[in-house]
Amino acid sequence: MSWLGAFSQSLALLTAVLLAPLLTGWVNACRARLQNKKPPSLLQPYRLLHKLFHKDSVMAEHASSLYRSAPYVIFACMLMACAIVPTLSTDLPLSPAADGIALVGLFALARVFMSLAAMDVGTAFGSLGARREMLVGFLAEPALLMVLFCASMITRSTSLTEIVETLAHRDLAIYPSLLLAGVAFTMVSLAENARVPVDNPDTHLELTMIHEALILEYSARHLALLEWAASLKLFVYSGIGLALFFPWGVAEANAPLALLLALPVLVFKLAIGGALMALIETLNAKMRVFRVPEFLGTAFLMAVIGLLVNVLLGVG
Amino acid sequence: MPPLNHLPNWVHLDWVLVVVAAWLLIGVLGILALRRFRLVAVLLFPLGACCSVLLLGVALSAVFADPQVAVLPLGLPQLPFHVRLDSLSAFFLVLIGGVSAGVSVFAAGYFRQGEGTAPGLICLEYHVFLASIAMVVLADDAYVFMVVWETMAFSSFFLVMANHRIPEIRQSGFIYMLVAHIGALGILMCFGLLQANTGDYSFANMRAQHLTPFWGSIAFLLALFGFGAKAGILPLHVWLPEAHPAAPSPFSALMSGVMLKIALYGILRVGFDLLQTRIWWWGVVLMVVGLATALLGVVFSTVQVDMKRLLAYSSIENIGLICAGMGLSLLFSSYGMKALAALALTAALYHMLSHAFFKSLLFCSTGAVMHATGERSLGKLGGLMRTMPWLAWATLVGTLACAGLPPFGGFIAEWLLLQSFLFTTGLPSAFLDMLVPVMAALVALIAALSGYTMVKYFGVIFLGQPREEKLAQAHDAGPWERLGMAWLVAGCVLLGLFPNQVIALLDPATRILVGAGLAHGAADSAWLLVPVSMERASYAPALFLLGILAMMGLVFVLVRRVYHGRLRRAPPWDCGFPWQTARMQDTAEGFGQPIRQVFEPLFRMRRHLPSAFDAQPSYQVVVEDPLWYWLYLPLARLVERTSKLIGKLQQGRIAVYLMYSFVTLIVVLLVVTR
Repeated sequence: MSWLGAFSQSLALLTAVLLAPLLTGWVNACRARLQNKKPPSLLQPYRLLHKLFHKDSVMAEHASSLYRSAPYVIFACMLMACAIVPTLSTDLPLSPAADGIALVGLFALARVFMSLAAMDVGTAFGSLGARREMLVGFLAEPALLMVLFCASMITRSTSLTEIVETLAHRDLAIYPSLLLAGVAFTMVSLAENARVPVDNPDTHLELTMIHEALILEYSARHLALLEWAASLKLFVYSGIGLALFFPWGVAEANAPLALLLALPVLVFKLAIGGALMALIETLNAKMRVFRVPEFLGTAFLMAVIGLLVNVLLGVG
Repeated sequence: MPPLNHLPNWVHLDWVLVVVAAWLLIGVLGILALRRFRLVAVLLFPLGACCSVLLLGVALSAVFADPQVAVLPLGLPQLPFHVRLDSLSAFFLVLIGGVSAGVSVFAAGYFRQGEGTAPGLICLEYHVFLASIAMVVLADDAYVFMVVWETMAFSSFFLVMANHRIPEIRQSGFIYMLVAHIGALGILMCFGLLQANTGDYSFANMRAQHLTPFWGSIAFLLALFGFGAKAGILPLHVWLPEAHPAAPSPFSALMSGVMLKIALYGILRVGFDLLQTRIWWWGVVLMVVGLATALLGVVFSTVQVDMKRLLAYSSIENIGLICAGMGLSLLFSSYGMKALAALALTAALYHMLSHAFFKSLLFCSTGAVMHATGERSLGKLGGLMRTMPWLAWATLVGTLACAGLPPFGGFIAEWLLLQSFLFTTGLPSAFLDMLVPVMAALVALIAALSGYTMVKYFGVIFLGQPREEKLAQAHDAGPWERLGMAWLVAGCVLLGLFPNQVIALLDPATRILVGAGLAHGAADSAWLLVPVSMERASYAPALFLLGILAMMGLVFVLVRRVYHGRLRRAPPWDCGFPWQTARMQDTAEGFGQPIRQVFEPLFRMRRHLPSAFDAQPSYQVVVEDPLWYWLYLPLARLVERTSKLIGKLQQGRIAVYLMYSFVTLIVVLLVVTR
């Protein structure tokens, strides 16, 4: 492991941890502006986290150790995901430990712990949230995997750093399969990050909520960790999207100067991506929970068609 | 017993036979101590477990040894038993030894006094069963194979019927026996074809025969049918969800963990070893049937309300996935793509091993739950994590492994399978090139659905509030049960963390079957799993786990240091709703309801909904397998009708019977004298 590798690895992690709440704040601000509201400060998520960490945690009297440890597990899973997705640099020493399939497995692990923790207290909302979360997950996971496979077929690798390097060095060409995969990925990331057509992060309405129902019983530092983990998830998803569809500007091994440039490029790309997400959220209405399988099923099928287009056109 | 100085001359095969003999002896001792419960539980079952450990050790070294053959002076005159121990058999002996060691120790604490069959008898059946499955993988001719195969079927039948006083269990036993025997018929006919009219039923002779593609295909399909009946491949899976809940838990564990794999061993032995020709569509058939089985299994397991039935359907799913891997390997192998064939086969074998461990673990946990609560229905459990924390954490490992999550063994198998599906472009036929990515998508979907099932399984049993009063008095698993389950947990964890070492173990077996292996591949590190090349894919579960644990620790320490760790306990908030009861949680039916709605056409559902004016409203839903109605009941009716027709011959009057003989005699004479 080179020193530069260790440096870019820790820089990537640190950037993710520090920047993730800002991204959430940015998306929320954009959405407020698009809806003709006065937006909260961009730093609002940091203030929220700070406030939550300071409070005393209140926990249900019969909550088990699984419930207590789940926020740490989920946060660590998201950190691990940040460590292997190349956002700033492809020189990541941790990257060989987990490829794209393992990344999906990592999300699944976090999801399972989230659902189990929600069921632990045994309230009606908790198990409702767990059930809905798993319903979203069982279609979103394979769809995400298929999106990654579309890129893998082109680059002949499932390693994320390898995918980014190969894609960034190709001539600018539009792959039909990546186009389909891009649409599928957008749909999946809306669902996975509890965004509007699937879930509404703003409300506590029992008919609609998924993510909020899961974390309903958590408070203080545990809630802060979960909120932060949710921000990290949004950051990782944006990172995957940028890595697959806009891989330019990511630094490669032995290029310390490019690493300096990579950060502003990343911030720029994330700002545009976040604004687009806010736009999609504003233009759409929340759908009924039972339309969600259709929505995600469409995403899954699109990704599979993308995969088939790859085979048909003989790419790779 | 030979003198000690002869011991070094013993080869692995002799040691395996010693273990088999020891198991049989333990069984006989069980009969002698028929009702001496304590003796059987704390002496004989642990002794059996010691034999299992010995078998595991012998098999681990036998994997890397050359094939060994022996002829046993048993059986009919002129027809001795041929046995052979090669790397494939040794791999399966590793599986048998590893799993049965844990399950036997668990069984020592499981069987209680005054439950069904006498403990000594169960001990006999159990150990005869173990001995017979070990012999199945050693068998080297069709005769001994069928003898031990049937011994396995019968001993397992008696174990399923351990609580034979319950009518449903007798019915399950009957279905099991029926399917097992229809399957055995298929296997018998398959061997008949394989010996190709030479009259020599040894496997060595079968390997030497070159069947025509037509007869080869028939033999393959017969093997698929015969062994598929035992493995639970669609549409012959119906006995599994009946027999697994009926059997005592340790035995369900062995049946699901070991016996199903032995059936797959049969497919491997016939399809990859005995049959010399390989045709591409065999692989496609195996793959498609496997994935259909897996999808059906996982969808049905999400809607089950009985915990053992849920696990039985999940076993069907896993068997399907393994078959898909085997089919893909067969497909590659038929086109001479050895490296990819080895990759797919390694995935299948890896999955067999990890499924054997985690499913046995889960079945053992159902046993412990049933002992503690007397309940098998998910709807009456809940909240056991508080009263049985040890069991809950052990089960959680099995649950995560079964859901195919990193860093456990199930994930590695799925990872390898997806890798082999992904890098397939280059098959000679465009149709197959298109088919394979669709299959990969299905594998991904099935894996995600199994996560759903496992969250339901663990969440409904161990989390939430107890749904019944008596659950508060549930006691945690006993020391024997804990020891047995700890062994299985260790197996699950080791399989997940050391893929390279496990693959080195599988390598000789894949070399026998497809002529290539994965070990000594591109990886120069012991920790990094690299199936093809570093650029393509790599995965390091130990590093992965270490990373997560390190980050967890770091976050924990930071939160404590920078802020604080103050905690207050209070009643759950639940959006301010004060009258929360245990009945307001999701039931098992409720948790599966979304899947029931999404996959509605797959089910046959009967629902009773209350009307608005019912004084005592009740809701009932029964979900059934439509195959019973589409296939089995018509078949049963057909058999009944045919037997009625034949029954007309039976008049009960001796004169008529004499006339039959007379007519037969005349006809035979006519034919012969011509």
